[in-house]
Amino acid sequence: MAQQKQTQFWQKTPIHISLLVIAFIWTLPSVGLLISSFRRRDAMLETGWWTIFQHPFELTQYHIGNYVDVLQAEGMGQAFFNSLTIAIPATVIPIAIACFAAYAFAWMKFPGRQFLFIVVVCLLVVPLQTTLIPILRAYRDFGLSNSFLGVWLAHAGYGLPLGIYLLRNYIGELPKDLIEAAAVDGASHLKIFTKLIVPLSMPAIASFAVFQFLWVWNDLLIALVYLGTTNDVAPVTIQLSNLVGSRGQDWHLLTAGAFISMIVPLGVFFSLQRYFVRGILAGSVKS
Amino acid sequence: MEFWTRLLNVVLAIAIGCGGVIGLFYLANIAINALPKPWNQRLLPWVYISPALLLLSAYLILPTMQTFYLSFLDGRSQNFVGLKNYIFAFTDRAMLIAFKNNLLWLVLVTGVSVSLGLIIAVLVDKVRYEPIIKSLIFLPMAISFVGASVIWKFMYAYKPAGDDQIGVLNALLVNFGFEPVGWIVEQSVNNFALIAIMIWLYTGFAMVILSSAVKGIPEEVIEAARIDGANSWQIFWRITIPMIRSTILVVSTTIIILVLKVFDIVFVMTGGNYGTEVIASRMIKEMFNYRNFGRGSAIAIVLLILIIPVMISNIRRFRTQEKLR
Repeated sequence: MAQQKQTQFWQKTPIHISLLVIAFIWTLPSVGLLISSFRRRDAMLETGWWTIFQHPFELTQYHIGNYVDVLQAEGMGQAFFNSLTIAIPATVIPIAIACFAAYAFAWMKFPGRQFLFIVVVCLLVVPLQTTLIPILRAYRDFGLSNSFLGVWLAHAGYGLPLGIYLLRNYIGELPKDLIEAAAVDGASHLKIFTKLIVPLSMPAIASFAVFQFLWVWNDLLIALVYLGTTNDVAPVTIQLSNLVGSRGQDWHLLTAGAFISMIVPLGVFFSLQRYFVRGILAGSVKS
Repeated sequence: MEFWTRLLNVVLAIAIGCGGVIGLFYLANIAINALPKPWNQRLLPWVYISPALLLLSAYLILPTMQTFYLSFLDGRSQNFVGLKNYIFAFTDRAMLIAFKNNLLWLVLVTGVSVSLGLIIAVLVDKVRYEPIIKSLIFLPMAISFVGASVIWKFMYAYKPAGDDQIGVLNALLVNFGFEPVGWIVEQSVNNFALIAIMIWLYTGFAMVILSSAVKGIPEEVIEAARIDGANSWQIFWRITIPMIRSTILVVSTTIIILVLKVFDIVFVMTGGNYGTEVIASRMIKEMFNYRNFGRGSAIAIVLLILIIPVMISNIRRFRTQEKLR
């Protein structure tokens, strides 16, 4: 038995090798970035980051000065706070609005329900680019450009089709008996919604939350158009792309800055990967 | 001290942003309950969906319609110019380059990431360390286009021949005795260099979806084929691919849409210089740098038209799904 298993393992050698090679290639760029972000400026411009493996335990070659510089002098610290300020409300607002709408689409009867939902399905794939010019102009008239409120609402609007679509499909699959029983017992729609639907839909809500949060945190286009590039409101993506423009050869700053911009999404990704995958599976029609 | 005021600002902003929307529903509910019974039953659904409809109209439906209208006006949106902006969009030299590049992006990103994703999905199904490999390949999905661009700019870093290379790719080339290549500025390779970034980002996406489809194929079907003497190769082509065809289609269309809208990578890597422009980055340039809203709008509408077939197929798919419920 053990021997059989072993021959099986060896038969699969080509599979093992190709998988390991692919995984190695896919990981190499990120590892290079991480290692480089702790190297000193001069060393980084003279030798490749892989040379540290010749003497990996020489601890003096590493330092966290790049992070200190990029956080303070290059405005990445402020940008980090800005990103949080943008991303959290821009995730919560569409979740709340999408939940209510999804419940109505799934369990309430009203004229035009089917038609309106088909509109939502269409909006899933509308490119953002077709909306930028009119909204930017309206924002200038209403004084919403360069404000967090403007960006929250924009992200909420752009995220809603996916949210409604995902949640409506999930809420619609909840057992009919359960909801009808609650209604017979005299529970109002609001009560059914808050006491039954929302708790039961938590997996779907979490999926959408992870999706929307990563999308907002990683967004460059919407921030660029509606917020502009001024330091006091710019998120990490904008600040990093500014750095690429102004300090294009200062790899010690770029690598540390890039890693700062990635740390939150990576944390979310590793801790909530399950939900992220589920969201992707359920919403793979989206942009 | 400054740190704490900043943190306080963040917390305040979040509280206002999140609290606002919940307060809104709370108030609406009070208002509805104050109405007489027959009224509130009929109005309730609209209370539930109206915030969503409002936002969707304000941010997607109405702006798209207005963009369509603006695309027939001149750069400052003052005079009607007919189809002039569209003629520009399909004949201007820079636009033609953008179309050509976008086509290259579409074919390569979709083709490579879907087929590579499928191959990995099938292979990874046969080993026990599946979760680790999948996480590593899926990981780039969490990284922003900007972050990925910095990562790859570093991979592509170029130094003149003779110096020590600090970019992995040029170091490899030099190591094997070739001349270093300016990956980002060299017009023969730079589009491929940018496309590779997108492939790196989205192969994991294709793999995850295709892998769950591959796992959905019933064990008996594969077993039966194996008893009939089919080898792995035949099983892959004759059973796996036909059985997950619809998933392959969904993944491909999703990636096609993403590629059509790709802007960030080009913006960060080259700013559209050295012949790397694509449709979406061209649109932003017309809108921001040249302030020509007519042309910008026309390009955006062209993008929308390219996506309409996907929209129609989504509606069809949705309709058949609804019939099955």
